[in-house]
Amino acid sequence: MAEIRLEGVAHSYDGGKTYALNPITMTWKDGKAYALLGPSGCGKTTLLNIISGLLKPSEGKVFIDGKDVTDVITDDRNIAQVFQFPVLYDTMSVRKNLEFPLKNRKVPRAKIAERVNEIAALLGIEADLDRRPSKLRSDLQQIVSLGRGLVREDVSAILFDEPLTVIDQNFKWTLRNRLKRLHLATGVTVVYVTHDQTEALTFADEVLVMNEGSLVQAGTSESLFLEPKHEFVGYFIGSPGMNFLDVEANSSVLTHNGKPIGKAAKAGLNGRHRFGVRPEFLIPSNKSGLEFKVDRIEDRGVFKLIHLSKDDFQFIAKTEEDYEAKVGGKVNFSFDPKRAFVYDINQRAVSTVSPSGQGGN
Amino acid sequence: MDSKKKNNKAWFLVLPVVFVVAFTAIIPLMAVANYSLQDIQGASNRLFVGLDFFKRVATDPNIQDAFVRNLNLSIQILFIQIPLGIFLARLMPRSGWKASAALVVMAIPLIIPWNVVGTTWRIFTRGDIGLGGVLVNQFFDYNLSEDTTDAWVTILVMDTWHWTPLVTLLVYAGLRSIPQAYYQAAAIDGASPMAVFRFVELPKLKRVLMIALLLRFMDSFMMYTEPFVVTGGGPGSSTQTLSILLTTIAIGQFDLGVAGAFSLMYFLFIQIFSFIFFTVLTLDERPGATKVTPKDKKAAKQEKQPNKVSSKLKKVQK
Repeated sequence: MAEIRLEGVAHSYDGGKTYALNPITMTWKDGKAYALLGPSGCGKTTLLNIISGLLKPSEGKVFIDGKDVTDVITDDRNIAQVFQFPVLYDTMSVRKNLEFPLKNRKVPRAKIAERVNEIAALLGIEADLDRRPSKLRSDLQQIVSLGRGLVREDVSAILFDEPLTVIDQNFKWTLRNRLKRLHLATGVTVVYVTHDQTEALTFADEVLVMNEGSLVQAGTSESLFLEPKHEFVGYFIGSPGMNFLDVEANSSVLTHNGKPIGKAAKAGLNGRHRFGVRPEFLIPSNKSGLEFKVDRIEDRGVFKLIHLSKDDFQFIAKTEEDYEAKVGGKVNFSFDPKRAFVYDINQRAVSTVSPSGQGGN
Repeated sequence: MDSKKKNNKAWFLVLPVVFVVAFTAIIPLMAVANYSLQDIQGASNRLFVGLDFFKRVATDPNIQDAFVRNLNLSIQILFIQIPLGIFLARLMPRSGWKASAALVVMAIPLIIPWNVVGTTWRIFTRGDIGLGGVLVNQFFDYNLSEDTTDAWVTILVMDTWHWTPLVTLLVYAGLRSIPQAYYQAAAIDGASPMAVFRFVELPKLKRVLMIALLLRFMDSFMMYTEPFVVTGGGPGSSTQTLSILLTTIAIGQFDLGVAGAFSLMYFLFIQIFSFIFFTVLTLDERPGATKVTPKDKKAAKQEKQPNKVSSKLKKVQK
């Protein structure tokens, strides 16, 4: 168990021409569960491999418990890592595979047997212990791989690199709960890489959203949903994602094609910006707010998705199940002034936005 | 898969090849078989002798000696070249210009005509003007035309120089095809370099090594050109391979009956030996070889169930 600190860590695979990972400075606190969330190729795995020592960062330093381990090899960092696809030793039985990391570290025999049985029970693979991994189904193979990552007791941290990708949907849920329980029971620091937001939001204490090699926002699942600080977070988290609209700011008054959209809470905004509001925070109103045409209504059973259009743009609103509207008809929608944001050209949130006609002007 | 219907008509597509091979291999081989069963003195003078020539080959002390000698040579070659090939392949750079350079250097001995290899080594090992011969003579009394050990070791070293690169290149290709994740997992598991070799590389190299082993066995057991040029099989018959002896019998003594029987037995031995070799090494990959435990059957059933459900669904949909 340990605290991991990254200072200005960055990595380039091509000697500095392009960066797979832009400089990151952050601390992974002892005993917490973190999720790294982002699309494929955003630098999640690179970051993970830097922490475990499989990759030496081209810039920056890595500290474990205050000790500089940037040049320390994987073997001496005491970190467990589970990969996306099954990686097993073909010539060994499942049991031998699980014993391998412990044997290499000279753990006493009795302890090894105990740990292997514990982990096998946790993962439900007791019956397969004496079989060859190559004779197992691919999802079971991945579970054995997972077991090899979990079998060591004294690790500083366990890193999971999309470990459940090849696992069947139902069992995925069970396994994730078991991993979560294991984390709570042992208190080991866990970093869980995924591109699945549900997985990230349900597993972790803190979710780190990454995009194009940069950390765009870190926070609880609630804060990522309610206050997306970056356009990418709005777009990537939530289903459907945030509604965006190009706007022109003039002394904080936002207009689209000359028509008023709202007013930013922060004074003195000028020039090109983007307005964003989640479908959940577009609220049906009577006369106030913006007038839309209803294109389509998706009834999802417990809620409705209303596809709206106005002039040259479309929005989606998520409403209560009892909301009624006619397709092709005109409706008015306003938005929650605490939950609508305006983003600058760097896609960073600069202010909340209140609807026109309210809050002065 | 048992669900697929077998279409044996595809075998007809092999016919053209069979036809070509008939002219290049089968018919010449039948001519050899013809000579091995009959004592042919002239076009109209022949006598069927049955297995007499085969018996003579089997009991001939010279041939027996050559057989043991050649088998011994092949085994020594395998024991030297396979480990050395693996060792060199692991030392080769993985990428960049160094990898290309190493590949070219490794491939050079393989593209030199065998006769040239023999001639090169013949000159190289001469005690008076050969670089190697003169050098070795500073430390030992070295003369391959008089000392049988010198001759034997020279043949071994020459063959190792000539053919180890084949093993190296095969193993190098095998090593390159191992996904990086296996090395990463081994690093995470704290595996020693020896354990990485034993549990990651060796199992993945199994197929490639089998090919290397078979090729090196067959080639070394049929070795002719290089020892013929360097030592001529001598001194005495100390480096006389089976092929050199066969040529002496067939062309030197023009004893075509014995040579025919010898050829067939030689050919069959290599075939059978290689077959046994291959069968033993791939024993655990055969479907019938590993015992199917009840557990495996159960697991197999469970895997099949979704298919049943989906076929039922299809019926319902209809």
